[in-house]
Amino acid sequence: MNNASLLPLIILLIPLCAAPVLLALPERSAGLRTAINLGAALVKVLLVAWLSWKVSQGVIYDLRWTVLPGLDLNLQADPLAILFIALSAVLWLITTVYAVGYLEKGPHRARFFGFFSLCVAATVGIALAGNLFTFLLFYEMLTLATYPLVIHYGTAAALRAGRIYLIYTLGGGLVLLLGTLGLWVLAGSTDFVPGGILEGVAEDTPLAAQLLFAVLIIGLGVKAAMVPLHSWLPVAMVAPAPVSALLHAVAVVKAGAFGIIRVVYEVYGIETAQALGLTTALAVLAAITILYGSIRALGQDDIKRRLAWSTVSQVSYIALGVALASPIAAMGALAHLIHQGIMKITLFMVAGNLAEGLGIKQVSRMNGVGLIMPGSMAAFTLAALGMIGLPPLAGFVSKWYLAAGGLDAGQGWVIPLLLGSSLLNAAYFLPMLHRAWFRQPDAAPQDAPVRRPIGWMLAAPPTATAALVLVAGGLANAPFSPLEWTRFIVTLEYSAEAF
Amino acid sequence: MIEMPAIDWLTAVVFAPLAGAILAFLLPRQAHWVGVGAVVLTALMASALVLQVLTEGAVVTPLGNWGAPLGIDLRADGLSATLMAMTTGVGLLVSLGALNSYAHHRAPERMRRYFWPLWLLLLSGLNGVYLSTDLFNLYVMLEVISLAAVGLTVLSGRIEAVRAGLEYMYASILGALLFLLGVGFVYLELGRLDFAGLLAAPPSPALGAALALMVAGLALKTALFPLHVWLPQAHANATAPASALLSALVVKASLYIVLRLAQYLLPLSEVLVALIGLLGVGAILWGSIQALRAERLKLLVAWSTVAQIGLVFVAFARAGADGVAESWKAAALLMLAHAIAKAAMFLAAGRIKEEIGHDRIRELDRSPVRPTLAQLSFALAAISLVGLPPSLGFAGKWILMEGAMTSGYWHWIAVTMIATMLSVAYFSRVLTGFLRFDRQRTTVGEHQGWALADAAPLTLALCALGLGLLAAPILAFMNIGYPFGGAP
Repeated sequence: MNNASLLPLIILLIPLCAAPVLLALPERSAGLRTAINLGAALVKVLLVAWLSWKVSQGVIYDLRWTVLPGLDLNLQADPLAILFIALSAVLWLITTVYAVGYLEKGPHRARFFGFFSLCVAATVGIALAGNLFTFLLFYEMLTLATYPLVIHYGTAAALRAGRIYLIYTLGGGLVLLLGTLGLWVLAGSTDFVPGGILEGVAEDTPLAAQLLFAVLIIGLGVKAAMVPLHSWLPVAMVAPAPVSALLHAVAVVKAGAFGIIRVVYEVYGIETAQALGLTTALAVLAAITILYGSIRALGQDDIKRRLAWSTVSQVSYIALGVALASPIAAMGALAHLIHQGIMKITLFMVAGNLAEGLGIKQVSRMNGVGLIMPGSMAAFTLAALGMIGLPPLAGFVSKWYLAAGGLDAGQGWVIPLLLGSSLLNAAYFLPMLHRAWFRQPDAAPQDAPVRRPIGWMLAAPPTATAALVLVAGGLANAPFSPLEWTRFIVTLEYSAEAF
Repeated sequence: MIEMPAIDWLTAVVFAPLAGAILAFLLPRQAHWVGVGAVVLTALMASALVLQVLTEGAVVTPLGNWGAPLGIDLRADGLSATLMAMTTGVGLLVSLGALNSYAHHRAPERMRRYFWPLWLLLLSGLNGVYLSTDLFNLYVMLEVISLAAVGLTVLSGRIEAVRAGLEYMYASILGALLFLLGVGFVYLELGRLDFAGLLAAPPSPALGAALALMVAGLALKTALFPLHVWLPQAHANATAPASALLSALVVKASLYIVLRLAQYLLPLSEVLVALIGLLGVGAILWGSIQALRAERLKLLVAWSTVAQIGLVFVAFARAGADGVAESWKAAALLMLAHAIAKAAMFLAAGRIKEEIGHDRIRELDRSPVRPTLAQLSFALAAISLVGLPPSLGFAGKWILMEGAMTSGYWHWIAVTMIATMLSVAYFSRVLTGFLRFDRQRTTVGEHQGWALADAAPLTLALCALGLGLLAAPILAFMNIGYPFGGAP
């Protein structure tokens, strides 16, 4: 084992070691805490960039540690892992800046940033997991690390949300444990291998393989907030804005979606999954979630709640693209993993800014906010339009590839589904934009909270991610854009003749 | 080749703590130094023995050179060495915790004076159990353990503790009687009591009855539902280091004997297996429900022991059902995991009580003091007891469920999962309170209550969590000398 091959472990250890230090720091040493936070995030981005470069050159990192006979903890940096870890690294840096600004004077910052760091470590582990067993370990760790963040404010609502969150996610984790165990017993391995490991099992006992798939998808679907396992997500939006941003963009829902990608492509293999009829079932489930989430988003007045329902809908695009069993749709799905992340994090950060700066938490009170906070609202607008799928923004690219993939796979129903979903997206985002830009601000009611100017730490991060939305869409064909990277992945997951 | 100095580690690990106990009793003023010294010495000897087992395989010493079947053999294989290492390791850390808590907090003279002799006596008895190879010796050692354990229970001198200690004593005596009765049956039937003789004996109804009697006695001593009534009060009312020893180590001795007996007096009858499994499930449910209802931290921890013991018995039942070595190993791993994590948890609970001044669960979040490290240790121990990866508890549950799934015993999988969910539920009652929500109106003192005493629970908790990563080598070591059958 040469030194370079420890790189994935080092990337994992950076946030993991930062966490206890942050937890132990006294509340008042804010400067040191910020330095550690930003330093760790920055170093991680650089190392991930280096790792990505190496992987793009065809190097695959593979670290193993035997836990039980035959069962390894395995960190593996393959192109798919890079996709997720790059997302988490970049957004961690940006969210850290935002969180430092957001919680500047708040209580329990040591605890917050400690668990925040743990949460990031868990996503790194999820990204780098080379088998389902390792994935499970970090999946559970993610649950535990995010719980204190969800209940950060300690209000009755927060505690209730936390309880619901814990019941759903730990239950999901237990189901995933059952699935992992089942996979281990059926296949004698839990490794993620392009092309899958269940070909033989699927031929011998198709029913067992189908059942196992259902168990795995339930376990993962809880975190990915697929209907009917989604209820925790809209409730969990009581968390502080930076937490919601991270939860919806990188950490929790994406962990579920990423797991679904791994299971379909690298546990079952797309051909086996298709042969068993599993992709069809998954596609139907995803389609239902997409429509249901969008419809529910329409009726929400609370900004963050509306965004949360939108996440329910948007994350299932990923599952849909995976399930369509077409390389083009797969590219759309994988690209959406990134695109949804940068768009949704922008929206949540701006929602946080509205609440912090103006005390505005409802859609109905957004009148004229564009004039008061033009910078933030411009970012919001860009991200919302991207969500709707306006070219040349990031969301357009993923939807385009999904639609093309649907046609490619002979699944024409995807087109009306995507159109319908986009119309619904427009129906819940455009009124917000209309209010913000085209209505006069309400006369401030007597009990309106004092406006406080938001500092650069709150203003800059959404602007940066909005710029990413523009770049990821506009330069989708440039080398090292998310889309180009997904092309690289898809060539590995699909056998060569698919192109 | 250099000749190894012929030190007989087997005899040493039993007699060194015994000598220490006598010395500590005779020198009450120096009791704590004698005590820690003896424990350290025993731990070193145990390490030497572990090393010997690792390099040479199972080790046998005929005591006084008589040899079986007439005399007494001491034997250390992988399983006994593992449990001995666990006992001395956990014991060492608990001793350090005890040194601290009895020294600095103006503990009554009585505690300082009698804790060490009792604990050393206990250590001697535990090591004796792990190394014994015949039933009568086991019985004697069990009595030694009971004597010391009851003493440790009443050490605090509070009325609740004395009452609990009395109940414990009755249960213990009854258990011992049942065990002795079983031993008597075996002797009548076979005319010998050594394990080798038992292994060779053909199964007969009388032996079956004897085994059932012995298991019943041991179930009483290890507090298997519904024979558990003495445990929660005894463990909750003892002083923290004593609770840690009682919950982590003492119950393991009886579990260990059940495991051994099932190996040598095989096969467990179908009825017995079903009964053990059923009672295990009962223990899980009842222990968890009571833990959910408990109002005191230490009581919750004690009830969780009842539930965890239930899980070990479920593993026994699983293993007994078709004699799968893997499930015996799962049971052994679960015992190991529970010992380490529960010791950490009781010490941490003791520390929390010490700093906050009470252990009422509802009010734990309202204190101006914040024993962060103790809370962290408690949380880590809880993770291991729940069985989240990569803890040792997870490894045990994984093997258990893997075996159950392979042979299609879905109900055992369901039981394990329910046990896991319930443990999450009762531990999260405590853990959520740790995340403080400013119920306290006065200013929160920051990071008060870090003390050296936190080192012991924290180390134990980290071990409980981290040793899961070493589960494979631990399993391989435990299998030295084929304690789980499959010997050539």
